[in-house]
Amino acid sequence: MKEIGSYFIFLGNLFINRESFRTQYRLIVDECVLIGLDSIFLFVLVSTFIGAVTTVQTAYNLIAPYIPNYVISQVVREMTLLELAPTIMAIIYAGKVGSSMAGNLGTMRITEQIDALEVMGINAVNYLVLPKIVASLFMYPLLVIVAGSCSLLGGYIVGVLTGIIAPTEYIYGLRYLFNDFTVTFALIKAFAFAFLVSSISSFKGFYTKGGALEVGISSTKAVTTSVIAILIADYLLAQLLLA
Amino acid sequence: MIEIQRISKSFGDRQILKDISGVFEKGKPNLIIGASGTGKSVLLKCIVGLVKPDTGTVFYDDRNFTDGDRKVKKEVRREIGMLFQGGALFDSKTVEQNVCFPLDILTSMPKEEKAERVNQVLTRVGLANANKKMPSELSGGMRKRVGIARAIVNNPKYLFCDEPNSGLDPQTSILIDELIKELTVDYDTTTIVVTHDMNSVMGIGDNIMFIFQGKKLWEGANKDITHSGVKELDDFVFANKVMNAMRQNT
Ligand SMILES: Nc1ncnc2c1ncn2[C@@H]1O[C@H](COP(=O)(O)OP(=O)(O)OP(=O)(O)O)[C@@H](O)[C@H]1O
Ligand SMILES: [Mg+2]
Repeated sequence: MKEIGSYFIFLGNLFINRESFRTQYRLIVDECVLIGLDSIFLFVLVSTFIGAVTTVQTAYNLIAPYIPNYVISQVVREMTLLELAPTIMAIIYAGKVGSSMAGNLGTMRITEQIDALEVMGINAVNYLVLPKIVASLFMYPLLVIVAGSCSLLGGYIVGVLTGIIAPTEYIYGLRYLFNDFTVTFALIKAFAFAFLVSSISSFKGFYTKGGALEVGISSTKAVTTSVIAILIADYLLAQLLLA
Repeated sequence: MIEIQRISKSFGDRQILKDISGVFEKGKPNLIIGASGTGKSVLLKCIVGLVKPDTGTVFYDDRNFTDGDRKVKKEVRREIGMLFQGGALFDSKTVEQNVCFPLDILTSMPKEEKAERVNQVLTRVGLANANKKMPSELSGGMRKRVGIARAIVNNPKYLFCDEPNSGLDPQTSILIDELIKELTVDYDTTTIVVTHDMNSVMGIGDNIMFIFQGKKLWEGANKDITHSGVKELDDFVFANKVMNAMRQNT
């Protein structure tokens, strides 16, 4: 409970005693590059395979002859947009980017780099954490779009190569009864998860106490807490926006 | 000159600092000594404002730093240089960028002037050719020296060093002590050095404060330290074999 309180105080500190716009802009760009390089490969790999596997699994389960083939790609589309691209990827994002944010800040804390900033009168929360959160809000939705496309593409490639579904059928299924709110919904979720992962991980890292061992513990806790927060937020958003 | 008045600090129910007062003078190194874990670093952090004392006040040349408004704090912060126990170099930046950092943040100097100033202080600490190195490529002593360079780059009026020579060999330690003393005299800074090294005490300790379990038990100059009459200080001083041998001989 006390921790939730200090989390909100921490968020409040983001905007106190701000650095100049130019400095912040530079820091944000640096973080964006870091996040992108950190996660793009894993995102492409995982989402392509999940798309492919979903296609095969769906085809395997739909053996009734009266169900048309395009239902397969329709299912892949819905799965991808609703859960896979925003939510499953958020869990991977927490594991990859969140843990590295916590580790990075934790190391800076125990090696007194954060103190060094504060002695110079810099608000370390603003200087170190705000760029991470802003960069995350910018990069994660992009990564979700990439992951979604890769997943659909993965399904297409496997579906066509194994002869499960014809190219035209796959495309037809993707467009069949398409409701563009699902994309909006996926992006809303992406923003929410990006904020949760980056702020929670930074919070855990920023208040690390002790030594190298505790930095490791902070990283792990950052991932666990982020994942729990993602799942709760996922449920709440579904209730709120879809019900 | 820095003056501290009745500083106390607890973490949870453990009282770390107990009612410490004192004056640190300008133009000579002021030493805070004491065994490991007695609260020296916490005291230093209280003085520079990284830790807020529970009670007590810190004055920087009669400016109230503890309860002053934001303008006073900002003003004082610009005049502080600090060397941390482990160097605290930013590990994503090169040596040059590390040293330049306070100038980037605190001044609006043009680029060329900054570069010149950086080279000047790096030469001063004996690291003229390390500009492009990353902190991970440096030895412990080099890190400390880069830390000192960063602390002095903006011509601070107040210089703080937390164990500038822990983990260094005796020769390098002496060089660093000498360097701190020279800088203090040359720029007339108010310098506070935290240490538990008897070599430093004998070398640069004109003004010493001895802390034992969070209390100030003694203050004075190094020439008087061997006959202070304070038992805890004797234990601390004569734990050093050389000092002890000297005592046996006289
Ligand atoms: N942020 C903190 N929270 C809780 N306890 C702390 C904190 N900082 C320091 N302490 C405790 O205060 C005591 C004094 O620590 P301090 O770092 O000042 O020792 P020191 O005299 O500098 O020792 P050393 O010579 O080993 O550096 C230690 O017991 C430490 O556990
Ligand atoms: Mg210490």
